[in-house]
Amino acid sequence: MNRIDELFKQKKERILSIYFTAGFPKLGDTLTIMEAIEAAGADIIEIGVPYSDPIADGPTIQESNNQALNNGMTLKLLFEQLSELREKVSIPVILMGYLNPVVQYGMEAFCKKCKEVGIDGLILPDLPMQQYLSEYKEIFDAYDLRNTFLISPQTAEERIRQIDQHTDGFIYMVSSASITGAKKEITPEQLAYFERVKAMKLNNPRLIGFGISDKPSFQTASAHSHGAIIGSAFINVLRESSDLKKDINEYIQGILS
Amino acid sequence: MIKVDENGFYGQFGGAYIPEMLYPNIEELRENYELIMESPAFREEFDSLLKDYVGRPTPLFLAKRLSEKYNAKIYLKREDLCHTGAHKINNTVGQIILAKKLNKKRIIAETGAGQHGVATATVCALMGMECTVYMGAVDMERQKPNVERMRILGATVVPANSGSKTLKDATNEAMRQWINNPVDTHYIIGSVVGPHPYPEMVARFQSVISAEMKAQLKEKEGRENPDLVIACVGGGSNAAGAFYHYYNEPSVRLIAVEAAGLGVSSGKSAATTLLGKPGILHGSKTLLMQTEDGQVVEPHSISAGLDYPGIGPVHAHLFESGRGEFVAVEDEHAMQAGIEVSRLEGIIPAIESAHAFSALNQIQYEPTDVIIINLSGRGDKDLDTYIKWGNY
Repeated sequence: MNRIDELFKQKKERILSIYFTAGFPKLGDTLTIMEAIEAAGADIIEIGVPYSDPIADGPTIQESNNQALNNGMTLKLLFEQLSELREKVSIPVILMGYLNPVVQYGMEAFCKKCKEVGIDGLILPDLPMQQYLSEYKEIFDAYDLRNTFLISPQTAEERIRQIDQHTDGFIYMVSSASITGAKKEITPEQLAYFERVKAMKLNNPRLIGFGISDKPSFQTASAHSHGAIIGSAFINVLRESSDLKKDINEYIQGILS
Repeated sequence: MIKVDENGFYGQFGGAYIPEMLYPNIEELRENYELIMESPAFREEFDSLLKDYVGRPTPLFLAKRLSEKYNAKIYLKREDLCHTGAHKINNTVGQIILAKKLNKKRIIAETGAGQHGVATATVCALMGMECTVYMGAVDMERQKPNVERMRILGATVVPANSGSKTLKDATNEAMRQWINNPVDTHYIIGSVVGPHPYPEMVARFQSVISAEMKAQLKEKEGRENPDLVIACVGGGSNAAGAFYHYYNEPSVRLIAVEAAGLGVSSGKSAATTLLGKPGILHGSKTLLMQTEDGQVVEPHSISAGLDYPGIGPVHAHLFESGRGEFVAVEDEHAMQAGIEVSRLEGIIPAIESAHAFSALNQIQYEPTDVIIINLSGRGDKDLDTYIKWGNY
């Protein structure tokens, strides 16, 4: 059974997904970071595939992308690093990246490789639903990869229903009209949006991301959904860290405690 | 036939590869732009502003000394005489009226050389709308007068500090700011790039160029169609406008001129059709200069307006289908052509447009041919570059 399906079957709340950029802060940190995330108690790992032009990302993730590329990270190298993934990590792992590097690798070859190393799902924010359905869905399905679409506060109800129909795994709720990056507090407007989507009783579970950074925002997001995704704030931890294992553990424990 | 399909594709190129956060904005535009553009109220306001504010129609000028030198009948479409000094304002006038009809309160734009930024700041001042222009920090340094022009016009100029700090990064930043302000803001893209419907919409606003060419050539030569139309291509908005009404006239050769920079194989070039392969940037599938790993490569051209790693999807399709002929001109040759046009015709062209003139040295044609070169902008903004180059 796909690990994402398994997770959501067993756990219905306070699911924590952690995003990091492959190749950051150092080229060879990938598996070290993933092991530490799992050991600290997070439920899902999202590996960001670095890209030169990440248009949905704020300064923190832009910089981590740049540094990773300067370090020499490529999709090919990432798959090599992940060849031992399933000997070290047992929780669900998702690849998140912009479409161009994936298309250059070749969608079929990419999906095949994902399956081979033990990736469970994909998030490709600039892959339009229409293209996904007409060109790629069959490939995703053939390699048992879950596909997650995003929604935002501006997404119309009808569109959310469509997305729910074609997503499998979970729906990624972008918390506000915004690119990625840590925010101050969750506003009443955001809470109203969380509740509005919750009341739609979608087929898929919902995780809230963008602007979730600490224990209070994780708790608030979790109270209105199945859990949350933390990216930029975690990247900041990695950037400052002199002891990855210790700092990752402290940060994640601080959120889950 | 060169025509966009309902999903925004020209052949295999185009589409709308955007994060879901931008979907409502793009959908709003896609649903409304044709209705608005075709409404009599819009047409009337657009035509009137093009005439009385921009100064259209721009002349079609028979360049006698250039014709003599190159042994053909060469006409210049004088877009350099548009208000603000280039064709860019045709599009910004159209989009600002559209933005008003969509009840938008703020305008954002990206700019490379600053021409599109100035054209946007200009129409925002005209319409009393708030304007923010994103510009690569490197471009802000090398195009200082245009930065100040935008500020004089009341716009806020924000440096893009990511990546190479040039046009590509300014476009990324404008898209991010649109994600952050999805409801009250319209993004005026300056070229035939970006997600559908932008490439087609911008081409239609610029198509006034070839509409006028047809009428003017008919008057002068007794026929609407020249044998060749030559235009430079960065993203490709002036070329799209100059080619638009000739796409489906097979007797008209369409010559698109790219910037070869220091040479196509020098690693410092912007000749996308020679160096690129299909990829996705800024919301559309097009030819794109990129690494094997799919990372976008930094282009180079002496002309900031051609310094872009992609090309409008319609041009990618012109290239792939063979309908367009693509030529790449090196920095040095473009500069020489700029000086030559200055000396022969008393017109200092923008360095972008100088590339189009230089193509005359690379293509075959007959002495009986009628050629229209789209003189997309004037060289005032490039004086520093001409002076630094120095060979005149």
